[in-house]
Amino acid sequence: MVKKSLDKVYLTLIFIFLYLPILVLIVLSFNNSKSRVIWGGFTFNWYRELFSSSMIMDAFWTTILLTMTASLAATLLGTLAAIGIHSMKKNARAIMLGATNIPLLNADIVTGISMMLLFVRFTGLGFHTVLIAHITFNIPYVILNVLPKLNQTSRYTYEAALDLGAKPLYAFFKIVWPEISSGVLSGFLMSVTMSLDDFSITYFTKGAGVNTLSTMIYTEMRKGIMPQMYALSTILFLMAFALLLLMNVKSNRDTKLAERSC
Amino acid sequence: MKGWWRLMRKYGKQLLSGPYLVWMIGFILLPLLLVVYYAFTNSAGSFTTANIISIFHKVHMKALWLSIKIALQCTVICLLLSYPLAMILNKLSLSRQNFIVFLFVLPMWMNSMLRILAWQLLLSNNGIINAILDFLHLPNISILNTPTAVVFGMVYDFLPYMILPIYNSMARIRKDIVEAAQDLGAKNHTIFIKIILPLTLPGVMSGIIMVFVPALTSFVISNLLGGGKVLLIGNIIEADFMQFFNWNLGAGLSLVLMVFVIASMAVMNNYSGETEGTAVW
Repeated sequence: MVKKSLDKVYLTLIFIFLYLPILVLIVLSFNNSKSRVIWGGFTFNWYRELFSSSMIMDAFWTTILLTMTASLAATLLGTLAAIGIHSMKKNARAIMLGATNIPLLNADIVTGISMMLLFVRFTGLGFHTVLIAHITFNIPYVILNVLPKLNQTSRYTYEAALDLGAKPLYAFFKIVWPEISSGVLSGFLMSVTMSLDDFSITYFTKGAGVNTLSTMIYTEMRKGIMPQMYALSTILFLMAFALLLLMNVKSNRDTKLAERSC
Repeated sequence: MKGWWRLMRKYGKQLLSGPYLVWMIGFILLPLLLVVYYAFTNSAGSFTTANIISIFHKVHMKALWLSIKIALQCTVICLLLSYPLAMILNKLSLSRQNFIVFLFVLPMWMNSMLRILAWQLLLSNNGIINAILDFLHLPNISILNTPTAVVFGMVYDFLPYMILPIYNSMARIRKDIVEAAQDLGAKNHTIFIKIILPLTLPGVMSGIIMVFVPALTSFVISNLLGGGKVLLIGNIIEADFMQFFNWNLGAGLSLVLMVFVIASMAVMNNYSGETEGTAVW
């Protein structure tokens, strides 16, 4: 009994550690004073300023555009690559997988710098270079999510469909796709999280004038306090909460459906 | 179109990874080769090893040493916090486990820059923690812009990366193995040492790698919570590129850092590989 309450205390402490900073940001976003410790009354001012700040809104839409384009492109390239790698012989497969691991294992700062060296030499920096960089570090997550699903599929059903006269594309979408689609989706979602949160690689590959939320906040933080950032945190936290909840509900429903159909 | 189908029939589906192969050579291998090229040349383009050797320069050695120290501290703290946590989690009912894991993942989904901002607010000299300490008539702390603040921020940022692999490896341990040990008269600490610990070691190892490597190479957290006073090797490299435009030196130090990361990972992989072998028998 004592041990159980000790467990609870420990869990509570960890949660305080995890959520205290977020709580502080949320409370301060409604604080009608620039001070961090004095409560100056309740206000929505920072939210109004947030939505009227073209700098923050630009960074927000750049982030959304970048994340979506990079994740979709990475999902397409990665899924195709996974299908290709899956059908390779052992040695070629090992080489491809080894190379896929490089951006995962390498330090972000080194990945960012290496791509910056390339881009500065050949194209100059801009939105397109950030996009290429994001696609590059997202592809491995897609491959590593799709490949295990492909390993679970049986190649004979696909071949049987071909023997029965199905065209390769038709057979793929009827037979292989249903089995790997969940892996493709989780690869896509992982790309989205990685892209949304990336700072280091974006920082080195972005040109002047291009800003994602991360790099914009970084620049502003070095200048000083900006209460609009608190408002931004609150909104981003609520968005993350809603998204994650949605995904959880969906995956719960999926597992329930799967259980029922068994 | 016809030629494409013919190629497709000959090499089959392998061709589908063609675009990725081209992409990988262009945007992963080529950039890394460029780092090597810059590392071994000077600004005039002639061969030199000075950029690599400069790691032994006093300032660089100090930064590398501080990085290793901070990364080790951060990893140990994360491990000490996560392991008991995973054990507690594992005892709860499945639906509550899912809920609590959800709560752990949620902060990770908020922009990491904003989470660092929050710690800046909490830790600063006229910040919230000191306001609370004042209220309780306790002595103030002044840890912002010190290595301690950097360790704080890193632990906060990387903790989930330690919790999740350990929790996953613990959840996979079959209950009947533990019950069998109990039936055979094993005491709790024997079960822990002989069963739980060896079976969770792979999870611990991947947690260590996932925390140690980013902690070793980070420059953002040390920049923002260290206030420019805590110089890690990442900060030196970043400054070489973005402030001093000494790309050759920056590339040289990056190469050293890369080798360092690969070496530490190889050591840990090797270690976890061996223990995995003994864990089975």
